[in-house]
Amino acid sequence: MKTTFKFATAGLVTALFSISAFAQDVTGAGASFPAPLYAKWASDFNKATGVKINYQSVGSGAGLKQIEAKTVDFGASDAPLKDDELQAKGLMQFPTVIGGVIPVVNIPGIKPGELKLNGQVLGDIYLGKITKWNDPAIKALNASLALPDAAIAPVRRADGSGTSFLFTNYLSKVNAEWKSKVGEGTAVNWPTGAGGKGNEGVAAFVNRLPNSIGYVEYAYVKQNKMTYAQLQNAAGTFVSPDDSAFKAAAAGADWNKSFYQVLTNQAGKDSWPITGATFILMHKVQDKPASATTVLKFFDWAYKGGDKTADELDYVPMPDAVKATIAKAWGEVKDASGKPVAFK
Amino acid sequence: MSNSSLQDAPLSSLPERPVSSTFPAAAASLDLAAERARTSAAPPPPVKAARSGPMADRLFGWAAKGAALLTLAMLIGILLSLVAGAWPAISKYGLGFLTSSVWDPVKDEYGGLVMIYGTLATSFIALVIAVPVSFGIALFLTELSPNWLKRPLGTAIELLAAVPSIVYGMWGLLVFGPILSTWVQQPLQKLLAGVPYLGALVSGPPVGIGILSAGIILAIMIIPFIASVMRDVFEVTPALLKESAYGLGSTTWEVVSKVVLPYTKAGVIGGIMLGLGRALGETMAVTFVIGNMNQLNSLSVFEAANSITSALANEFAEAGAGLHQAALMYLGLVLFFITFVVLSLSKMLLAQMKKSEGTKS
Repeated sequence: MKTTFKFATAGLVTALFSISAFAQDVTGAGASFPAPLYAKWASDFNKATGVKINYQSVGSGAGLKQIEAKTVDFGASDAPLKDDELQAKGLMQFPTVIGGVIPVVNIPGIKPGELKLNGQVLGDIYLGKITKWNDPAIKALNASLALPDAAIAPVRRADGSGTSFLFTNYLSKVNAEWKSKVGEGTAVNWPTGAGGKGNEGVAAFVNRLPNSIGYVEYAYVKQNKMTYAQLQNAAGTFVSPDDSAFKAAAAGADWNKSFYQVLTNQAGKDSWPITGATFILMHKVQDKPASATTVLKFFDWAYKGGDKTADELDYVPMPDAVKATIAKAWGEVKDASGKPVAFK
Repeated sequence: MSNSSLQDAPLSSLPERPVSSTFPAAAASLDLAAERARTSAAPPPPVKAARSGPMADRLFGWAAKGAALLTLAMLIGILLSLVAGAWPAISKYGLGFLTSSVWDPVKDEYGGLVMIYGTLATSFIALVIAVPVSFGIALFLTELSPNWLKRPLGTAIELLAAVPSIVYGMWGLLVFGPILSTWVQQPLQKLLAGVPYLGALVSGPPVGIGILSAGIILAIMIIPFIASVMRDVFEVTPALLKESAYGLGSTTWEVVSKVVLPYTKAGVIGGIMLGLGRALGETMAVTFVIGNMNQLNSLSVFEAANSITSALANEFAEAGAGLHQAALMYLGLVLFFITFVVLSLSKMLLAQMKKSEGTKS
């Protein structure tokens, strides 16, 4: 079935190229988290230049498979690839936008931003070790709140997702027991909790179930006005999730060294601790330099003029300094003769 | 088949007289004059021009054969690609995969017991609910319903089958789950708190999701299939048989249980199997309401569980190449096998019934 799908995609892409060799339509596939933004950027780009960018939201794992098989011109993934993996696959990656993962709760009487949590407590809740909201560990962080003597119902993603990757990556960094027992990944062996499908599934469970806790993308919190919790970051301060907290986390990372940056638990007193960028993957050596040019032109255009669209859709654009680094890194994308692909 | 004397007879050229296959006695008595006019007025069979020859016949034969073989080839192809995709998991775990309940993508350890149990349990619950309800629907529509209600009610049931499964899933999650939780689960938990076994059977977080809600949603989804097949086969029961039974003083129930059901049992079983097949393979609706939790510690019907299709839908897109994907393929193969076994069992059951049909009735 999968092979058939692959062939079908390959056929589609070949057909696309043979028909519209001049228009240079390009195709990408991967992560579903940035898909609404890429779709909007693509339609704006199409209006501005007449070039069509097709983006298939198939999931990060499938996006990686497709770019490796060269059935698409660019792949997209929520989890960055390590540098040696990139090297082995002949790929390069760059971040496009930032997003945050936010713990949301439904405790009667608690308003958005009132509850304070840290990584240790959050990990223990999801390990099933802290089972009541009035547990001393939670009370110690929230002396002024009246927390109920009620069982905590943890909710988590059922499907493999970049959101879960960031969440478990963060818990692995701050909770030793989590790291040894569960670990990190797009899908893990959850010790407890009901699984909702997608952000909407988790949000539905949390909204309905009193005394529950879950985690969702920032855009979801904002659009649905969910009760988020403050988190203690690596510097020890409690922060609320917003654009500036995500940007602070992104600015703290050393993008010059490598684009392999998982932005969880970043230093800096304003950083939101569960932050992550979403990435684009491309082959370093391009069989079809013309389409690589189009892809780079598209993202160059998006970095320059797409920030407002990103804001409107509740994504956080990359800081300007990082964008400059990315543009430099695009020099790595070369055609078969070793000449860098032009994108200006 | 090869009766040459019959082949030449121009039987087909006569316009057919309307004959009821179910109740010939009801047809109008033979009108001799009209009958004579009908047969004599029929034109002699026209001399047909030579057809395009044996080549076209052969081509058509090949095309038809090709279409049939294509299905077979596709089936074998799917099976082979499943086995090939699952091979890393098959060679690593063998049949132990079926009895292990560990599913840990981080440590790359996989076992399918939780999902297999979830698939079988939800389908079983769905059948337990759907079969009696469908039987009631079919019975009402064929025996009891006033004529003006038959049409709209029958159409409504068939329309239920056209609702996309994701709608059932969202409805189950957002509407049905809370209802089940408030009105069934929590009262049951209060009632049975402390009772051994029974108390454990209804334990779990009061979310209203789990094996039971998945089973109920599945039941709603397969009722239209089973009911409409049952109604169709009930309708072909010869009126002669039914009316004879009524004439002997049978009640409606006696007619249905002693005349209609024995006459239509093959069709009824076929309909149930069709529903079971749908329940086993249903993905989206189950994913939303089953809770997607890989656990077998508690067999409570309100505890979140997982099914094969749900695990595939949730994890396939993000599964990296390697053992994780192979394990998911293996799960697909297991589902293929379960469906195959169910189908074969129903075929065998039907064959068995056909054999004994002549002797019993």
